[in-house]
Amino acid sequence: MATKQQLSAIKGAKVLMVGAGGIGCELLKTLALSGFQDIHIIDMDTIEVSNLNRQFLFRQSHVGQSKAKVARDAVLKFSPQISITSYHANVKDPDFNVDFFKQFNVVLNGLDNLDARRHVNRLCLAAAVPLVESGTTGFLGQVTVHMKGKTECYECQPKPAPKTYPVCTITSTPSKFVHCIVWAKDLLFTKMFGDKNQENDLNVRSSDASSSSEHAEDVFERKTDEDIEQYGKRIYDHVFGYNIEVALTNEETWKNRNRPRPIYIRDVPSTELIQENGNVDKIFVADDPLSVSAMASLGLKNPQDVWSLMENSRIFLEALKLFFVKREKEIGRLTFDKDDQLAVEFVTAAANIRAVSFGIPFHSLFEAKGIAGNIVHAVATTNAIISGLIVIEAIKVLQNDASNYRMTYCLEHPSKKMLLMPVEPFEPNKSCYVCSETPLLLEVNTYRSKLRDFVEKIVKAKLGMNFPLIMHGSALLYEVGDDLEEDMAANYAANLDKVLSELPSPVTGGTILTVEDLQQELSCNINIKHREEFDEEKEPDGMILSGWMQAPPKEKENNKISSDNGASTSNASPAVPLETEEDNEIEIVLTGAENVAAGNKRKLSDISNAATSDLCSVADKTNSKNKPEELDDDDDLVMLDDGNSNTSKKKRLR
Amino acid sequence: MFMLEFNISLGRTYLDRKFKLGLYVLSLGWTLRPITKFTKFLKLLLEGFSFLRLYSISLTRSELVPPLKLGMDGEELTEQETALYDRQIRVWGADAQRRLSKSHILVSGLKGTVVEFCKNIVLAGVGSLTLNDDHPVTEEALSVNFLIAPDDNVAGRSLAELCCDSLKDFNPMVRVSVEKGDLSSFGGDFYDKFDVVVVSCCSLATKKLINEKCRKLSKRIAFYTVDCRDSCGEIFVDLQDYTYSKKKNDETIESQLQYPSFEEAIAIPWRSLPRRVSKLYFAMRVIERFEEAEGRNPGETSIADLPNVLKLRKELCEAQSFNESQIPDSLLERLVVGIREFPPVCAIIGGILGQEVIKAISGKGDPLKNFFFFDAMDGKGIIEDIANTNTGG
Repeated sequence: MATKQQLSAIKGAKVLMVGAGGIGCELLKTLALSGFQDIHIIDMDTIEVSNLNRQFLFRQSHVGQSKAKVARDAVLKFSPQISITSYHANVKDPDFNVDFFKQFNVVLNGLDNLDARRHVNRLCLAAAVPLVESGTTGFLGQVTVHMKGKTECYECQPKPAPKTYPVCTITSTPSKFVHCIVWAKDLLFTKMFGDKNQENDLNVRSSDASSSSEHAEDVFERKTDEDIEQYGKRIYDHVFGYNIEVALTNEETWKNRNRPRPIYIRDVPSTELIQENGNVDKIFVADDPLSVSAMASLGLKNPQDVWSLMENSRIFLEALKLFFVKREKEIGRLTFDKDDQLAVEFVTAAANIRAVSFGIPFHSLFEAKGIAGNIVHAVATTNAIISGLIVIEAIKVLQNDASNYRMTYCLEHPSKKMLLMPVEPFEPNKSCYVCSETPLLLEVNTYRSKLRDFVEKIVKAKLGMNFPLIMHGSALLYEVGDDLEEDMAANYAANLDKVLSELPSPVTGGTILTVEDLQQELSCNINIKHREEFDEEKEPDGMILSGWMQAPPKEKENNKISSDNGASTSNASPAVPLETEEDNEIEIVLTGAENVAAGNKRKLSDISNAATSDLCSVADKTNSKNKPEELDDDDDLVMLDDGNSNTSKKKRLR
Repeated sequence: MFMLEFNISLGRTYLDRKFKLGLYVLSLGWTLRPITKFTKFLKLLLEGFSFLRLYSISLTRSELVPPLKLGMDGEELTEQETALYDRQIRVWGADAQRRLSKSHILVSGLKGTVVEFCKNIVLAGVGSLTLNDDHPVTEEALSVNFLIAPDDNVAGRSLAELCCDSLKDFNPMVRVSVEKGDLSSFGGDFYDKFDVVVVSCCSLATKKLINEKCRKLSKRIAFYTVDCRDSCGEIFVDLQDYTYSKKKNDETIESQLQYPSFEEAIAIPWRSLPRRVSKLYFAMRVIERFEEAEGRNPGETSIADLPNVLKLRKELCEAQSFNESQIPDSLLERLVVGIREFPPVCAIIGGILGQEVIKAISGKGDPLKNFFFFDAMDGKGIIEDIANTNTGG
């Protein structure tokens, strides 16, 4: 039961919820039952069937409608006396500016992506509105409280970079099923059905050893009047047979690896049967392109079944044929979509056939879809628990009870007897570029990199800005906006294609650039350091941003770094995951696209004892040592499994 | 005794791609050797039918598999189920989802926490849910129950009946029904229909009685009690002798646990319990005993009762040679006064309970043993193992 003080704080509050999905549905319900009277809710999504197992405010009949609006209507049915305002919109829309955020007493996030979380974090900082942030995956979840100047902001802790794989692992030496999926999805699928003009490593690999007559032309081009069956088999033989043969000629590669096995269609039994049931017209009455399915046409039903090489080969050929027969108009502009059944079938089959070559076990369509679509595991119970914890923190925020704020982790296995583990929030990270004024450092070849590279790879991708403005001293180099003068816009467009050192106000080593986002009211300085060479495989951007850094993807590496520096719990850089002060094993919880370090349990008191200069020097040392590593690690991936202990991405810190 | 389940899917012919044959054989007490021979025999048999293709033979052995239905359906998830449950199958697997869809659950006492639990378990896709609560709907119940809209026609209908309609709507694949009557009057054959029994808002005597009735049956029934007061919550779990699988270093191993009954657990002398057991455990026992001694319904307390509750604490602690300071006045006061539930705590406790019931049905993952406590004041959600070390546990 809420106390009188709590109730009056609740009744007078105006709250903003961002997200009406898994957490959002539970949260809106719990807020309404707890007595909140004025709730605003933003969500750009519409309802899908796979939401219905946990987003209990939605029904089958709502599929396709706005989540925010349906959630509002559903809650008003049992709590008609309260006010709920819904926005079917993207939280990054300019309408939701700092002034919009300022009207709320607290903002509650139930989001599923890093990008939007960072955006909301910045607006909350700019508007000085407290933020309660949350995330779940499977049985794991967490709730954190962010209040400007009192606790760390959402971006004070490094967020791991999205998973990437070295090109050669994908094109030549896959060792895990995910490598085959990435190959099938990003290379083969794109090559076959996507933008033909896009650079594609499959193309490179296919042609570089094949300057001889037969393969000189683009083998992926369907010849005029070429029978679709023949075309499919030719592609099959080329990518699973010929390309592997070519790869085998490079003896150096296979010295310490198992040699892959080329697979040709003639080696696969029974694929001839495909002609007998190739009459697709009978099967698809509906004209909905997304209902076209190779599984249906071949009589395979259960997506959990693991197909044999024969079945995979038949699916591959059938899916390819169906794309050309049923969806020809889309070819050339398709991108992989996890909800596109035929695309998932094609990618599953192609990945499995490739897996056979490299001695990697088969996976079912269900599993392949999860990997290819980066599907986050979700259950109603965890979302319900997290919603309760969010409301408890929100009430503390409304009562200004800062000393009792907690970050709470919902664990799958108890730690110190606890399934719900509260931790004191961290103090703001003094080197955070979002909530402090510490400059960043950018190493870049100023004679080769263009302003466009800087804008795309750093300002947008790394700093997460939407409407950036870039200044060198008082000279404006670049700006985004609808109300730009024509000549200014032309100037900026011209600047984009200039290398940094040749800009009207040249950017060279020692330059300090100011980057601002007007919507987020965020500004930060970047010190430029010229560097001649970058490693193409390890530093594909051709520039390295540090000062604030993304979490290095390799766990072992982290541990090594912290011990190299003799960093202890109390004085280490907040940017480096630390050994925890707990004896028990602590898990890092994956939330959608990102991790939150549950193990990193600095307390406010510990941090305040550590001198700022120490923090900075440790951070600098670790940064210089922390060169990006080969990303081919063992544990940094969501693997699908029947057991629930293995279903989520977990790492352990000791 | 264990059961062996054969699932032999015979090949789909290419002549009729919709043709499919599932054959299930139930066999008791077979050793593995004759089974291997049996499958070989089947293979030979099938080779005679040239138009059929043998796809796979899979054997699964488990004590948890409910009696098999002989027939063509029920073993594989339908396309509809796979689409609806996609995200959760990725958490607990298709096998667990199949077991869930065959489980039968009884709940009694439909206050906020149990309503949350019902929502979770219906969304998860259990086979059936039976609701028991004959109370009429009060204004207070209405305000904290998201299953009932104020404009619903509540006249003359019980809480269970009103909740039933909404829950059906959440997931048409779950059979939701109402059972009227007093929980303690039902006999063993009634409880025998269920795999899981959850009771809330009932007296100490009723808790003990239902727990014993479940235990007397030859079939193992998972028994839970759940209660929330003020911003605190308690769950008790009795899975009797429980075998489950868990992952350890990428291997699936079988693990066993022995649970005491509610009566056995609360009879364990307080002094013999490990140090630092949650204070809530003791405080809830005091309140429970107070309500029983005064003949009150659960939750029928007020601030006026505090002196007598404190007196009872003193007596109990003296009898147990237990330090009274382990059960603070302030905590007892909260529990006596705060008889209304706190919705965020209902969501949390209902969520934990839902998770535990899913674990118990699927036989996957470490189950909670045997008490869980949450207090919003410190934010900790703690598991306590209150079992007599002599009796296993």
